[in-house]
Amino acid sequence: MIETNRLTRRYGGLTAVDALSIRVEPGQVLGLLGPNGAGKSTAMRMIAGFLVPTSGTASVCGYDVVRDPLKAKRALGYLPEGAPSYGEMTVREFLQFIIRLRGFKADTGFRRFDEVVQRLQLEDVLGQCIETLSKGLRRRVGLAQAILHDPPVLMLDEPTDGLDPNQKHAVRQLIDTMARDRTILISTHLLEEVHALCNRVVIIACGRLLADATPAELERRSRYHGAVSFSAPGSGMSQEMLGRLPQVAAIEVDPLDGRVTVFPRRGERILEAVEGLLREQGLEVSEIQLERGRLDEVFRQITTATGDESVASQEDAA
Amino acid sequence: MSPVSAVVRRELRSYFVTPVAYVFLVIFLVLSGILTFYVGDFYERGQADLQPFFVMHPWLYLILVPAITMRMWAEEAKGGTLELLLTLPLTLWQAMLGKFLAAWLFIGIALLLTFPIWVTVNYLGAPDNGVILAGYLGSWLMAGTFVAIGACLSAVTQSQVVAFILTALVCVLLILAGQQQVLDFFHGALPRQLIRGAMDLSMLHHFEAIARGVLDLRDMLYFVLSMAGWLIAGVLVLNLKRMR
Repeated sequence: MIETNRLTRRYGGLTAVDALSIRVEPGQVLGLLGPNGAGKSTAMRMIAGFLVPTSGTASVCGYDVVRDPLKAKRALGYLPEGAPSYGEMTVREFLQFIIRLRGFKADTGFRRFDEVVQRLQLEDVLGQCIETLSKGLRRRVGLAQAILHDPPVLMLDEPTDGLDPNQKHAVRQLIDTMARDRTILISTHLLEEVHALCNRVVIIACGRLLADATPAELERRSRYHGAVSFSAPGSGMSQEMLGRLPQVAAIEVDPLDGRVTVFPRRGERILEAVEGLLREQGLEVSEIQLERGRLDEVFRQITTATGDESVASQEDAA
Repeated sequence: MSPVSAVVRRELRSYFVTPVAYVFLVIFLVLSGILTFYVGDFYERGQADLQPFFVMHPWLYLILVPAITMRMWAEEAKGGTLELLLTLPLTLWQAMLGKFLAAWLFIGIALLLTFPIWVTVNYLGAPDNGVILAGYLGSWLMAGTFVAIGACLSAVTQSQVVAFILTALVCVLLILAGQQQVLDFFHGALPRQLIRGAMDLSMLHHFEAIARGVLDLRDMLYFVLSMAGWLIAGVLVLNLKRMR
């Protein structure tokens, strides 16, 4: 479990994290989302015990990170931003260093080593210097380091940043398999990641908590939620008729590929009506889709909202 | 295995996988030899002791110890591994102590490798080996103080060059403070107590006492306390950086 209570960090006059209160329970994969410079990494660094909070508290598995740092650190597996590791060491040396430092007995240490090496498919590079590895492999070494002690709480700062799609997939699968009965906090600015991994999303900007919801709830806030989009050549006439449907709020046509998007009025379901109308018109619809909502749009909406609004919602929450 | 020894092992190994260790060892051994024979007049003195050898050590350490300690924390801060290290379950103290011990042990190894000169002087005459042992001990204690200074000042900055220069600067001040010429220069201009104090603070003064074979508790205490003081300062600096 991770809990922060009005966690705050200031650098001089700049407030990087502003009274952030979140609570992540076992079984949850929480995505910490926000634009660059929103305070994601700073918040994680405080939870990991690297930075000292200016005010407020953070705890890992009930251990306060300032008063009981060693216990908190033992319960936590942490992948810092950019997966730093000692470049001049081989993968084997590096992982053995972590094992020794975490105080494993020889036999359990070996077992964990084998398990993690296998899980992250590092067998072939064990003897290689870390600085000669590709970015993806280095990230995997960093992940191996974070999960070596099989921690109940896992915190990963941009775990898939800079990886190719295959590597991203592999890392996500790993996180997925670890998700059961663990507490996982990942930070990202990739929205696809939220879909792929998280069952809860916290959006922060300028260090403030702006939203705390499930991905589906966030999508529901999108203008696109429940909208129907289709591609049908020569649908000009029907567009007008669609516009006259009582449930329809607006229609947009993509100027490039001619794809039509029909937006519902609040709370209305329009898929059947749109389909029916298109069939009546005898149009050849090559493809039709019910939109779930677009996270990127919601994200923009939330994080670019001007100060007053976000302050108001923050005060409501408090 | 305790976190301290894990850090010591890692640090020592990192010296030996990069050329730093070998370059240091070669330079230290060659220079200590050359200086002893040419500058120290090892033969011409006609005495069977290692005074000319030990006298050169402060000046050797002045260049070589900062070269070893400069990367200690600066490199970790720059490469981001500081965040990794400090989020592992060990205290700042243990990390500092591990790094310090590794560097100090390494210089101990370098000192041990100067044994040919001890063999030489024993072959040429009958030196007092107790005094020589005391000399080695004093030299190693002095090196420890240099290392502690380097460890502290490496924590101050992300730049290894800055760490090197700061360390060398502090070390040269601590050496010079005890040089007779420097003390003579200030004689008369400064009150006697102040000069006396500078001499007490100087490393050279205490080192020379031990190297003469006089194992005074106060000299030993000077080095132990200096090391502790600089290491505490280093930990405070690191802690301050976490809060700022």
